[in-house]
Amino acid sequence: MTAVTGRAGRSRGGHRAATPEELQTVVAARRLGRARSCFIGVGRPSTAAILARMLHNPELVIVYESGTIGARPYRVPLSIGDDALAVSADAVVSVPEMFAYWVQGERIELAFLGAAQIDRYANLNSTVIGDYDAPRTRLPGAGGAPEISAGCHEVAIIVPHGRRTFVEQLDFRTTVGHGDGPGSRKRLGLRGAGPTAVYTELGVLEPDPEHLELTLTQVHPGVDPEQVRAATGWDLLVAEHLRETVPATAEELSALRELVAR
Amino acid sequence: MAEILPLPVAVAELVRDGDSVAMEGFTHLIPFAAGHEMLRQGRRDLELIRMTPDLLYDQLIGAGAARRLVFSYGGNPGVGSLHRFRDAIEHDWPHPLEFEEHSHAGMAARYAAGAANLPFGILRGYAGTDLERRTAVERIACPFTGESLAAVPALRPDVAIIHAQEADHHGNVQLWGIPGVQKEAVLAATRSLVTVEQIVEELQPRPGGIVLPGWTIDAVAEAPGGSLPSYALGFTERDNDAYREWDAISRDRDRFRAWLAEHLLTTTEATA
Repeated sequence: MTAVTGRAGRSRGGHRAATPEELQTVVAARRLGRARSCFIGVGRPSTAAILARMLHNPELVIVYESGTIGARPYRVPLSIGDDALAVSADAVVSVPEMFAYWVQGERIELAFLGAAQIDRYANLNSTVIGDYDAPRTRLPGAGGAPEISAGCHEVAIIVPHGRRTFVEQLDFRTTVGHGDGPGSRKRLGLRGAGPTAVYTELGVLEPDPEHLELTLTQVHPGVDPEQVRAATGWDLLVAEHLRETVPATAEELSALRELVAR
Repeated sequence: MAEILPLPVAVAELVRDGDSVAMEGFTHLIPFAAGHEMLRQGRRDLELIRMTPDLLYDQLIGAGAARRLVFSYGGNPGVGSLHRFRDAIEHDWPHPLEFEEHSHAGMAARYAAGAANLPFGILRGYAGTDLERRTAVERIACPFTGESLAAVPALRPDVAIIHAQEADHHGNVQLWGIPGVQKEAVLAATRSLVTVEQIVEELQPRPGGIVLPGWTIDAVAEAPGGSLPSYALGFTERDNDAYREWDAISRDRDRFRAWLAEHLLTTTEATA
Protein backbone atom coordinates (compact mmCIF):
# COMPACT_ATOMS: atom_id res chain seq x y z
CA MET A 1 0.00 0.00 0.00
CA THR A 2 1.51 3.33 -0.96
CA ALA A 3 1.14 6.63 0.77
CA VAL A 4 -0.96 7.83 -2.15
CA THR A 5 -3.79 5.47 -1.32
CA GLY A 6 -3.32 6.39 2.32
CA ARG A 7 -4.40 9.90 1.41
CA ALA A 8 -7.53 8.72 -0.32
CA GLY A 9 -10.57 10.65 0.68
CA ARG A 10 -13.06 13.03 -0.82
CA SER A 11 -11.68 16.27 -2.17
CA ARG A 12 -13.74 19.44 -2.19
CA GLY A 13 -14.91 18.62 -5.69
CA GLY A 14 -16.58 15.49 -4.35
CA HIS A 15 -14.06 13.18 -6.06
CA ARG A 16 -12.29 10.30 -4.44
CA ALA A 17 -8.56 11.05 -4.57
CA ALA A 18 -6.68 9.42 -7.44
CA THR A 19 -5.49 5.85 -6.94
CA PRO A 20 -1.78 5.32 -7.81
CA GLU A 21 -2.81 3.61 -11.06
CA GLU A 22 -5.11 6.49 -12.02
CA LEU A 23 -2.34 8.98 -11.37
CA GLN A 24 0.02 6.91 -13.54
CA THR A 25 -2.46 7.13 -16.41
CA VAL A 26 -3.09 10.85 -15.84
CA VAL A 27 0.64 11.62 -15.89
CA ALA A 28 1.12 9.60 -19.09
CA ALA A 29 -1.81 11.45 -20.67
CA ARG A 30 -0.15 14.76 -19.81
CA ARG A 31 2.97 13.65 -21.69
CA LEU A 32 0.77 12.87 -24.70
CA GLY A 33 -0.54 16.43 -24.56
CA ARG A 34 2.55 17.54 -26.47
CA ALA A 35 2.87 14.66 -28.93
CA ARG A 36 1.76 14.74 -32.55
CA SER A 37 1.49 11.00 -33.05
CA CYS A 38 1.64 8.06 -30.72
CA PHE A 39 2.01 4.32 -31.25
CA ILE A 40 0.23 2.39 -28.52
CA GLY A 41 -0.77 -1.04 -27.34
CA VAL A 42 -3.80 -2.06 -25.31
CA GLY A 43 -4.30 -1.40 -21.63
CA ARG A 44 -3.10 1.67 -19.77
CA PRO A 45 -1.30 3.28 -22.74
CA SER A 46 -4.53 3.10 -24.69
CA THR A 47 -6.48 4.68 -21.83
CA ALA A 48 -3.85 7.42 -21.49
CA ALA A 49 -3.94 8.20 -25.22
CA ILE A 50 -7.73 8.48 -25.37
CA LEU A 51 -7.68 10.60 -22.20
CA ALA A 52 -5.07 12.87 -23.81
CA ARG A 53 -7.34 13.36 -26.81
CA MET A 54 -10.25 14.22 -24.51
CA LEU A 55 -8.36 16.67 -22.31
CA HIS A 56 -5.18 18.03 -23.79
CA ASN A 57 -4.67 17.21 -27.42
CA PRO A 58 -7.69 16.50 -29.63
CA GLU A 59 -5.40 16.34 -32.68
CA LEU A 60 -3.25 13.50 -31.27
CA VAL A 61 -2.84 10.82 -33.94
CA ILE A 62 -3.26 7.43 -32.28
CA VAL A 63 -1.66 4.53 -34.12
CA TYR A 64 -2.31 0.89 -33.21
CA GLU A 65 -0.13 -1.89 -34.60
CA SER A 66 -3.20 -3.55 -36.10
CA GLY A 67 -2.82 -0.96 -38.86
CA THR A 68 -5.19 1.79 -37.75
CA ILE A 69 -3.67 5.25 -38.13
CA GLY A 70 -5.54 8.18 -36.60
CA ALA A 71 -8.04 6.00 -34.73
CA ARG A 72 -10.65 7.82 -32.62
CA PRO A 73 -11.91 5.21 -30.19
CA TYR A 74 -14.77 6.28 -27.91
CA ARG A 75 -14.20 3.42 -25.45
CA VAL A 76 -10.96 1.87 -24.33
CA PRO A 77 -10.61 -1.08 -26.71
CA LEU A 78 -9.95 -4.58 -25.35
CA SER A 79 -7.82 -5.51 -28.33
CA ILE A 80 -5.71 -3.44 -30.69
CA GLY A 81 -7.91 -4.51 -33.59
CA ASP A 82 -11.42 -3.73 -32.32
CA ASP A 83 -13.81 -2.62 -35.04
CA ALA A 84 -14.19 0.85 -33.50
CA LEU A 85 -10.54 1.51 -34.33
CA ALA A 86 -10.80 0.53 -37.99
CA VAL A 87 -14.06 2.41 -38.56
CA SER A 88 -12.82 5.66 -37.00
CA ALA A 89 -9.27 5.73 -38.41
CA ASP A 90 -7.87 8.12 -41.02
CA ALA A 91 -6.14 5.20 -42.72
CA VAL A 92 -6.06 1.44 -42.24
CA VAL A 93 -2.96 -0.31 -43.52
CA SER A 94 -1.63 -3.86 -43.64
CA VAL A 95 0.80 -5.18 -41.05
CA PRO A 96 3.77 -5.23 -43.47
CA GLU A 97 3.01 -1.64 -44.43
CA MET A 98 2.64 -0.55 -40.79
CA PHE A 99 6.06 -1.85 -39.81
CA ALA A 100 7.90 -1.01 -43.04
CA TYR A 101 6.53 2.39 -44.07
CA TRP A 102 5.31 3.86 -40.79
CA VAL A 103 7.46 2.46 -37.96
CA GLN A 104 10.70 1.79 -39.84
CA GLY A 105 9.91 4.88 -41.97
CA GLU A 106 10.30 6.88 -38.73
CA ARG A 107 6.94 8.61 -39.17
CA ILE A 108 5.70 8.12 -35.61
CA GLU A 109 6.83 10.42 -32.87
CA LEU A 110 6.21 8.65 -29.58
CA ALA A 111 5.58 5.03 -28.67
CA PHE A 112 4.24 3.66 -25.40
CA LEU A 113 5.51 0.24 -24.39
CA GLY A 114 4.96 -2.04 -21.43
CA ALA A 115 7.04 -5.03 -20.27
CA ALA A 116 7.35 -7.70 -17.61
CA GLN A 117 10.90 -6.62 -16.74
CA ILE A 118 12.91 -3.43 -17.20
CA ASP A 119 16.56 -2.81 -16.35
CA ARG A 120 18.55 0.33 -15.48
CA TYR A 121 19.06 1.19 -19.15
CA ALA A 122 15.35 0.77 -19.91
CA ASN A 123 15.88 -2.44 -21.88
CA LEU A 124 12.72 -4.56 -21.78
CA ASN A 125 11.79 -8.21 -21.41
CA SER A 126 8.43 -9.44 -22.65
CA THR A 127 9.60 -12.93 -23.66
CA VAL A 128 10.34 -15.19 -20.71
CA ILE A 129 10.86 -15.32 -16.94
CA GLY A 130 13.56 -17.82 -16.08
CA ASP A 131 15.64 -19.76 -18.58
CA TYR A 132 14.61 -19.54 -22.24
CA ASP A 133 14.83 -23.30 -22.72
CA ALA A 134 13.18 -24.18 -19.41
CA PRO A 135 11.01 -21.16 -18.63
CA ARG A 136 9.41 -20.47 -15.29
CA THR A 137 6.87 -18.28 -17.08
CA ARG A 138 6.57 -18.07 -20.81
CA LEU A 139 5.41 -14.56 -21.75
CA PRO A 140 3.76 -13.55 -25.05
CA GLY A 141 6.98 -12.49 -26.78
CA ALA A 142 8.20 -9.54 -28.79
CA GLY A 143 5.18 -8.42 -30.80
CA GLY A 144 6.05 -5.10 -32.35
CA ALA A 145 8.21 -3.79 -29.50
CA PRO A 146 11.81 -4.24 -30.79
CA GLU A 147 11.27 -2.32 -34.01
CA ILE A 148 8.89 0.19 -32.41
CA SER A 149 11.68 1.04 -29.97
CA ALA A 150 14.13 1.26 -32.86
CA GLY A 151 12.05 3.37 -35.25
CA CYS A 152 9.79 5.69 -33.26
CA HIS A 153 11.37 9.04 -32.39
CA GLU A 154 10.91 8.49 -28.64
CA VAL A 155 9.70 5.74 -26.33
CA ALA A 156 7.75 6.08 -23.10
CA ILE A 157 7.29 3.08 -20.86
CA ILE A 158 4.38 2.28 -18.53
CA VAL A 159 5.07 -0.45 -15.97
CA PRO A 160 4.03 -1.33 -12.43
CA HIS A 161 6.70 -0.37 -9.91
CA GLY A 162 8.08 -3.36 -8.01
CA ARG A 163 11.18 -5.51 -7.69
CA ARG A 164 9.72 -8.21 -9.95
CA THR A 165 9.56 -5.66 -12.76
CA PHE A 166 12.54 -3.40 -12.04
CA VAL A 167 15.38 -5.93 -12.13
CA GLU A 168 19.16 -5.81 -11.98
CA GLN A 169 19.42 -8.31 -14.85
CA LEU A 170 16.77 -9.09 -17.49
CA ASP A 171 16.04 -12.77 -18.08
CA PHE A 172 15.78 -11.95 -21.79
CA ARG A 173 16.41 -8.76 -23.71
CA THR A 174 13.42 -8.52 -26.02
CA THR A 175 13.65 -4.81 -26.74
CA VAL A 176 16.64 -2.50 -26.60
CA GLY A 177 16.19 0.72 -24.66
CA HIS A 178 19.62 2.23 -24.11
CA GLY A 179 21.47 -1.08 -24.43
CA ASP A 180 24.65 -1.10 -22.37
CA GLY A 181 24.67 2.67 -21.95
CA PRO A 182 26.01 5.66 -23.92
CA GLY A 183 26.75 4.91 -27.58
CA SER A 184 24.87 1.58 -27.60
CA ARG A 185 21.93 2.65 -29.74
CA LYS A 186 24.16 4.29 -32.32
CA ARG A 187 26.39 1.21 -32.56
CA LEU A 188 23.33 -0.97 -33.08
CA GLY A 189 21.90 1.30 -35.76
CA LEU A 190 18.81 2.20 -33.76
CA ARG A 191 17.57 5.50 -35.13
CA GLY A 192 15.15 6.91 -32.57
CA ALA A 193 16.18 8.51 -29.28
CA GLY A 194 14.97 5.49 -27.31
CA PRO A 195 13.22 5.62 -23.93
CA THR A 196 12.86 9.12 -22.49
CA ALA A 197 10.53 8.38 -19.55
CA VAL A 198 9.18 5.53 -17.44
CA TYR A 199 5.80 6.13 -15.81
CA THR A 200 4.91 4.09 -12.72
CA GLU A 201 2.38 4.32 -9.87
CA LEU A 202 5.11 5.87 -7.73
CA GLY A 203 6.64 8.46 -10.01
CA VAL A 204 8.62 9.08 -13.18
CA LEU A 205 12.11 7.83 -14.10
CA GLU A 206 14.17 9.39 -16.85
CA PRO A 207 17.53 8.43 -18.31
CA ASP A 208 20.34 10.60 -17.01
CA PRO A 209 21.43 12.96 -19.83
CA GLU A 210 25.08 11.84 -19.46
CA HIS A 211 25.23 8.18 -18.51
CA LEU A 212 21.65 7.22 -19.51
CA GLU A 213 20.94 5.24 -16.36
CA LEU A 214 17.30 5.54 -15.29
CA THR A 215 17.02 8.12 -12.53
CA LEU A 216 14.05 8.96 -10.33
CA THR A 217 13.15 12.51 -11.35
CA GLN A 218 9.60 12.83 -10.09
CA VAL A 219 7.52 11.29 -7.30
CA HIS A 220 3.78 11.30 -6.92
CA PRO A 221 2.36 13.19 -3.90
CA GLY A 222 3.08 11.41 -0.65
CA VAL A 223 5.64 9.02 -2.12
CA ASP A 224 9.03 8.91 -0.39
CA PRO A 225 12.01 8.40 -2.74
CA GLU A 226 13.25 5.66 -0.39
CA GLN A 227 10.01 3.80 -1.04
CA VAL A 228 10.73 3.96 -4.80
CA ARG A 229 14.30 2.77 -4.25
CA ALA A 230 12.99 -0.14 -2.19
CA ALA A 231 10.66 -1.09 -5.04
CA THR A 232 13.53 -1.12 -7.54
CA GLY A 233 15.83 -4.10 -8.00
CA TRP A 234 19.00 -2.07 -8.49
CA ASP A 235 20.55 0.85 -6.60
CA LEU A 236 18.27 3.49 -8.12
CA LEU A 237 19.67 6.98 -8.58
CA VAL A 238 17.56 9.90 -7.38
CA ALA A 239 17.77 13.27 -9.09
CA GLU A 240 19.17 16.14 -7.08
CA HIS A 241 16.14 18.27 -7.87
CA LEU A 242 13.35 15.79 -7.42
CA ARG A 243 9.99 17.08 -8.69
CA GLU A 244 6.62 16.26 -7.18
CA THR A 245 3.78 15.32 -9.51
CA VAL A 246 1.01 17.88 -9.74
CA PRO A 247 -1.97 15.99 -8.28
CA ALA A 248 -4.67 14.84 -10.66
CA THR A 249 -7.16 17.66 -11.17
CA ALA A 250 -10.89 17.16 -10.74
CA GLU A 251 -11.24 17.52 -14.52
CA GLU A 252 -8.60 14.86 -15.22
CA LEU A 253 -10.10 12.44 -12.74
CA SER A 254 -13.68 12.81 -13.82
CA ALA A 255 -12.68 12.45 -17.50
CA LEU A 256 -10.64 9.33 -16.75
CA ARG A 257 -13.40 7.73 -14.68
CA GLU A 258 -16.02 8.58 -17.24
CA LEU A 259 -13.83 7.06 -19.98
CA VAL A 260 -13.21 3.84 -18.06
CA ALA A 261 -16.93 3.50 -17.30
CA ARG A 262 -17.98 3.81 -20.98
CA MET B 1 -10.12 -20.72 -60.43
CA ALA B 2 -11.15 -21.32 -56.84
CA GLU B 3 -13.58 -24.13 -56.25
CA ILE B 4 -16.54 -23.33 -54.02
CA LEU B 5 -16.64 -26.23 -51.57
CA PRO B 6 -18.31 -27.11 -48.30
CA LEU B 7 -15.84 -26.36 -45.49
CA PRO B 8 -15.23 -30.00 -44.43
CA VAL B 9 -14.44 -30.95 -48.02
CA ALA B 10 -12.14 -27.97 -48.52
CA VAL B 11 -10.19 -28.74 -45.34
CA ALA B 12 -9.97 -32.45 -46.22
CA GLU B 13 -8.62 -31.64 -49.69
CA LEU B 14 -6.18 -28.87 -48.79
CA VAL B 15 -4.76 -29.58 -45.33
CA ARG B 16 -2.67 -32.69 -44.71
CA ASP B 17 -1.01 -34.03 -41.60
CA GLY B 18 2.50 -32.60 -41.34
CA ASP B 19 1.74 -29.47 -43.37
CA SER B 20 2.94 -26.00 -42.55
CA VAL B 21 -0.25 -23.98 -42.20
CA ALA B 22 -0.53 -20.21 -41.93
CA MET B 23 -3.91 -19.04 -40.62
CA GLU B 24 -3.83 -15.26 -40.60
CA GLY B 25 -6.09 -12.43 -39.51
CA PHE B 26 -4.71 -9.72 -37.22
CA THR B 27 -7.35 -9.59 -34.45
CA HIS B 28 -9.93 -9.18 -37.24
CA LEU B 29 -11.11 -12.04 -39.54
CA ILE B 30 -9.38 -14.89 -37.68
CA PRO B 31 -10.40 -18.15 -39.44
CA PHE B 32 -11.83 -20.00 -36.42
CA ALA B 33 -14.33 -22.12 -38.35
CA ALA B 34 -11.62 -23.57 -40.58
CA GLY B 35 -9.34 -24.23 -37.61
CA HIS B 36 -12.13 -26.01 -35.75
CA GLU B 37 -12.80 -28.13 -38.83
CA MET B 38 -9.10 -29.11 -38.83
CA LEU B 39 -9.54 -30.19 -35.22
CA ARG B 40 -12.67 -32.19 -36.03
CA GLN B 41 -10.79 -33.97 -38.80
CA GLY B 42 -7.96 -34.71 -36.38
CA ARG B 43 -5.12 -33.05 -38.30
CA ARG B 44 -1.79 -33.75 -36.62
CA ASP B 45 1.89 -32.88 -36.72
CA LEU B 46 1.25 -29.41 -38.15
CA GLU B 47 3.69 -26.54 -38.33
CA LEU B 48 1.39 -23.68 -37.32
CA ILE B 49 2.41 -20.23 -38.50
CA ARG B 50 0.69 -17.10 -37.27
CA MET B 51 1.85 -13.68 -36.02
CA THR B 52 -0.53 -13.73 -33.05
CA PRO B 53 -1.49 -17.32 -32.15
CA ASP B 54 -4.61 -16.00 -30.37
CA LEU B 55 -7.32 -18.34 -29.05
CA LEU B 56 -7.37 -20.34 -32.30
CA TYR B 57 -3.83 -21.67 -32.02
CA ASP B 58 -4.19 -22.01 -28.25
CA GLN B 59 -6.99 -24.48 -29.04
CA LEU B 60 -5.03 -26.31 -31.74
CA ILE B 61 -1.93 -26.52 -29.54
CA GLY B 62 -3.92 -27.75 -26.55
CA ALA B 63 -5.57 -30.40 -28.68
CA GLY B 64 -2.15 -31.67 -29.74
CA ALA B 65 -2.47 -30.77 -33.44
CA ALA B 66 0.81 -28.82 -33.59
CA ARG B 67 4.36 -30.10 -33.90
CA ARG B 68 5.87 -26.65 -34.29
CA LEU B 69 4.78 -23.04 -33.84
CA VAL B 70 6.12 -19.97 -35.66
CA PHE B 71 4.86 -16.72 -34.13
CA SER B 72 5.58 -13.22 -32.87
CA TYR B 73 3.09 -12.53 -30.04
CA GLY B 74 1.51 -15.34 -28.05
CA GLY B 75 -0.91 -13.51 -25.76
CA ASN B 76 -4.66 -13.18 -25.27
CA PRO B 77 -4.99 -9.53 -26.35
CA GLY B 78 -6.05 -7.28 -23.48
CA VAL B 79 -6.65 -10.30 -21.23
CA GLY B 80 -3.32 -11.98 -20.50
CA SER B 81 -1.74 -15.34 -21.20
CA LEU B 82 -2.57 -18.05 -23.72
CA HIS B 83 -2.56 -20.88 -21.22
CA ARG B 84 -2.45 -23.85 -23.63
CA PHE B 85 0.50 -22.21 -25.45
CA ARG B 86 2.21 -21.67 -22.10
CA ASP B 87 1.47 -25.19 -20.88
CA ALA B 88 2.98 -26.62 -24.08
CA ILE B 89 6.17 -24.56 -23.79
CA GLU B 90 6.53 -24.68 -20.00
CA HIS B 91 5.42 -28.29 -19.39
CA ASP B 92 5.45 -30.08 -22.77
CA TRP B 93 1.68 -30.62 -22.51
CA PRO B 94 0.09 -32.42 -24.34
CA HIS B 95 3.49 -33.01 -25.97
CA PRO B 96 6.67 -30.99 -26.59
CA LEU B 97 6.17 -28.08 -28.97
CA GLU B 98 9.01 -26.82 -31.12
CA PHE B 99 8.82 -23.12 -31.73
CA GLU B 100 10.44 -20.26 -33.56
CA GLU B 101 9.66 -16.71 -32.58
CA HIS B 102 10.15 -13.40 -34.30
CA SER B 103 9.08 -9.81 -33.93
CA HIS B 104 5.96 -8.62 -35.77
CA ALA B 105 8.15 -6.63 -38.17
CA GLY B 106 10.22 -9.75 -38.86
CA MET B 107 7.17 -11.95 -39.49
CA ALA B 108 5.64 -9.30 -41.76
CA ALA B 109 8.88 -9.08 -43.74
CA ARG B 110 8.99 -12.89 -44.00
CA TYR B 111 5.46 -13.08 -45.42
CA ALA B 112 6.10 -10.20 -47.81
CA ALA B 113 9.26 -11.93 -49.06
CA GLY B 114 7.32 -15.16 -49.56
CA ALA B 115 4.62 -13.35 -51.54
CA ALA B 116 7.31 -11.67 -53.64
CA ASN B 117 9.04 -15.00 -54.32
CA LEU B 118 12.25 -13.72 -52.75
CA PRO B 119 14.45 -15.88 -50.52
CA PHE B 120 14.52 -13.42 -47.61
CA GLY B 121 13.11 -10.18 -46.28
CA ILE B 122 15.14 -7.19 -45.09
CA LEU B 123 14.46 -4.87 -42.20
CA ARG B 124 16.09 -2.72 -39.57
CA GLY B 125 15.41 -5.06 -36.75
CA TYR B 126 16.50 -7.45 -34.01
CA ALA B 127 19.75 -5.53 -33.41
CA GLY B 128 20.95 -5.88 -29.84
CA THR B 129 18.13 -8.18 -28.74
CA ASP B 130 18.43 -11.72 -27.38
CA LEU B 131 16.08 -12.79 -30.21
CA GLU B 132 19.08 -12.60 -32.52
CA ARG B 133 20.64 -15.64 -30.84
CA ARG B 134 17.38 -17.59 -30.73
CA THR B 135 15.80 -17.32 -34.12
CA ALA B 136 16.34 -17.40 -37.87
CA VAL B 137 17.85 -13.99 -38.50
CA GLU B 138 21.21 -12.99 -39.98
CA ARG B 139 22.97 -9.67 -40.44
CA ILE B 140 23.51 -8.52 -44.01
CA ALA B 141 25.39 -5.48 -45.31
CA CYS B 142 23.56 -3.13 -47.68
CA PRO B 143 25.52 -3.36 -50.97
CA PHE B 144 24.99 0.36 -51.58
CA THR B 145 25.54 2.01 -48.21
CA GLY B 146 27.14 -0.72 -46.12
CA GLU B 147 24.45 -0.37 -43.42
CA SER B 148 24.00 -3.52 -41.36
CA LEU B 149 20.47 -4.87 -41.75
CA ALA B 150 18.54 -7.93 -40.60
CA ALA B 151 17.70 -10.66 -43.11
CA VAL B 152 14.87 -13.08 -42.29
CA PRO B 153 13.98 -16.15 -44.37
CA ALA B 154 10.86 -16.00 -46.56
CA LEU B 155 7.78 -17.83 -45.30
CA ARG B 156 6.41 -20.30 -47.84
CA PRO B 157 3.63 -22.22 -46.06
CA ASP B 158 2.10 -25.31 -47.62
CA VAL B 159 -1.33 -23.86 -46.97
CA ALA B 160 -2.70 -20.43 -46.11
CA ILE B 161 -6.16 -20.16 -44.59
CA ILE B 162 -7.95 -16.84 -44.14
CA HIS B 163 -11.48 -15.57 -43.55
CA ALA B 164 -13.05 -12.75 -45.60
CA GLN B 165 -16.39 -11.00 -45.85
CA GLU B 166 -17.41 -11.97 -49.39
CA ALA B 167 -16.68 -14.06 -52.44
CA ASP B 168 -18.49 -14.31 -55.77
CA HIS B 169 -19.34 -17.53 -57.58
CA HIS B 170 -15.98 -17.49 -59.38
CA GLY B 171 -14.18 -17.50 -56.04
CA ASN B 172 -13.00 -13.89 -56.26
CA VAL B 173 -12.65 -12.75 -52.65
CA GLN B 174 -12.98 -9.32 -51.05
CA LEU B 175 -12.08 -8.36 -47.50
CA TRP B 176 -12.08 -4.96 -45.85
CA GLY B 177 -11.37 -3.36 -42.49
CA ILE B 178 -8.09 -4.26 -40.79
CA PRO B 179 -6.27 -6.19 -43.54
CA GLY B 180 -3.50 -7.74 -41.42
CA VAL B 181 -1.14 -9.91 -43.42
CA GLN B 182 -3.70 -12.13 -45.18
CA LYS B 183 -2.94 -11.14 -48.76
CA GLU B 184 0.75 -11.85 -48.24
CA ALA B 185 -0.01 -15.19 -46.55
CA VAL B 186 -2.19 -16.36 -49.45
CA LEU B 187 0.34 -15.28 -52.09
CA ALA B 188 3.23 -16.85 -50.16
CA ALA B 189 1.54 -20.23 -49.77
CA THR B 190 1.43 -23.20 -52.12
CA ARG B 191 -2.29 -23.80 -51.50
CA SER B 192 -4.96 -21.56 -50.05
CA LEU B 193 -8.43 -21.72 -48.56
CA VAL B 194 -10.66 -18.73 -47.91
CA THR B 195 -13.78 -18.97 -45.76
CA VAL B 196 -16.31 -16.18 -46.27
CA GLU B 197 -19.31 -14.72 -44.51
CA GLN B 198 -21.33 -14.92 -47.71
CA ILE B 199 -21.18 -15.73 -51.40
CA VAL B 200 -22.66 -12.95 -53.51
CA GLU B 201 -23.62 -12.53 -57.15
CA GLU B 202 -21.19 -9.67 -57.68
CA LEU B 203 -18.51 -8.08 -55.47
CA GLN B 204 -19.24 -4.42 -54.72
CA PRO B 205 -16.08 -2.30 -54.36
CA ARG B 206 -15.50 -1.33 -50.72
CA PRO B 207 -13.30 1.50 -49.36
CA GLY B 208 -9.96 -0.05 -48.52
CA GLY B 209 -11.16 -3.37 -49.85
CA ILE B 210 -8.58 -5.99 -50.82
CA VAL B 211 -9.52 -8.26 -53.68
CA LEU B 212 -7.88 -11.62 -54.19
CA PRO B 213 -8.72 -12.91 -57.67
CA GLY B 214 -10.19 -16.40 -57.68
CA TRP B 215 -7.24 -17.81 -59.61
CA THR B 216 -4.92 -17.08 -56.65
CA ILE B 217 -7.04 -19.28 -54.36
CA ASP B 218 -7.69 -23.04 -54.37
CA ALA B 219 -10.95 -23.19 -52.47
CA VAL B 220 -13.60 -20.91 -51.05
CA ALA B 221 -16.00 -22.15 -48.39
CA GLU B 222 -19.01 -20.31 -47.02
CA ALA B 223 -18.79 -20.07 -43.23
CA PRO B 224 -21.09 -17.39 -41.80
CA GLY B 225 -19.74 -16.19 -38.45
CA GLY B 226 -16.60 -18.17 -39.27
CA SER B 227 -14.27 -15.70 -37.58
CA LEU B 228 -16.08 -15.57 -34.23
CA PRO B 229 -15.09 -14.86 -31.47
CA SER B 230 -12.93 -12.45 -33.49
CA TYR B 231 -15.04 -10.52 -35.97
CA ALA B 232 -15.76 -9.71 -39.59
CA LEU B 233 -16.27 -5.98 -40.06
CA GLY B 234 -19.81 -5.32 -41.25
CA PHE B 235 -21.03 -8.83 -40.32
CA THR B 236 -20.13 -9.79 -36.78
CA GLU B 237 -18.83 -8.07 -33.64
CA ARG B 238 -15.84 -9.18 -31.62
CA ASP B 239 -17.01 -11.29 -28.69
CA ASN B 240 -14.82 -9.74 -26.02
CA ASP B 241 -16.52 -11.82 -23.32
CA ALA B 242 -15.45 -15.01 -25.08
CA TYR B 243 -11.84 -13.79 -25.01
CA ARG B 244 -12.17 -13.06 -21.27
CA GLU B 245 -13.87 -16.41 -20.59
CA TRP B 246 -11.17 -18.30 -22.47
CA ASP B 247 -8.74 -17.32 -19.74
CA ALA B 248 -10.53 -19.53 -17.19
CA ILE B 249 -11.36 -22.33 -19.63
CA SER B 250 -7.81 -22.63 -20.91
CA ARG B 251 -6.11 -22.27 -17.52
CA ASP B 252 -7.14 -25.77 -16.48
CA ARG B 253 -6.42 -28.93 -18.53
CA ASP B 254 -9.67 -30.64 -17.54
CA ARG B 255 -11.79 -27.62 -18.31
CA PHE B 256 -10.04 -27.30 -21.63
CA ARG B 257 -10.68 -30.98 -22.44
CA ALA B 258 -14.34 -30.54 -21.54
CA TRP B 259 -14.52 -27.48 -23.77
CA LEU B 260 -13.01 -29.44 -26.66
CA ALA B 261 -15.43 -32.31 -26.18
CA GLU B 262 -18.41 -30.00 -25.93
CA HIS B 263 -17.54 -27.67 -28.77
CA LEU B 264 -15.90 -29.96 -31.23
CA LEU B 265 -17.77 -33.19 -30.42
CA THR B 266 -15.06 -35.54 -31.65
CA THR B 267 -11.29 -36.10 -31.86
CA THR B 268 -10.47 -35.34 -28.26
CA GLU B 269 -8.91 -38.68 -27.36
CA ALA B 270 -5.39 -37.54 -28.28
CA THR B 271 -5.45 -35.00 -25.47
CA ALA B 272 -5.99 -37.64 -22.82
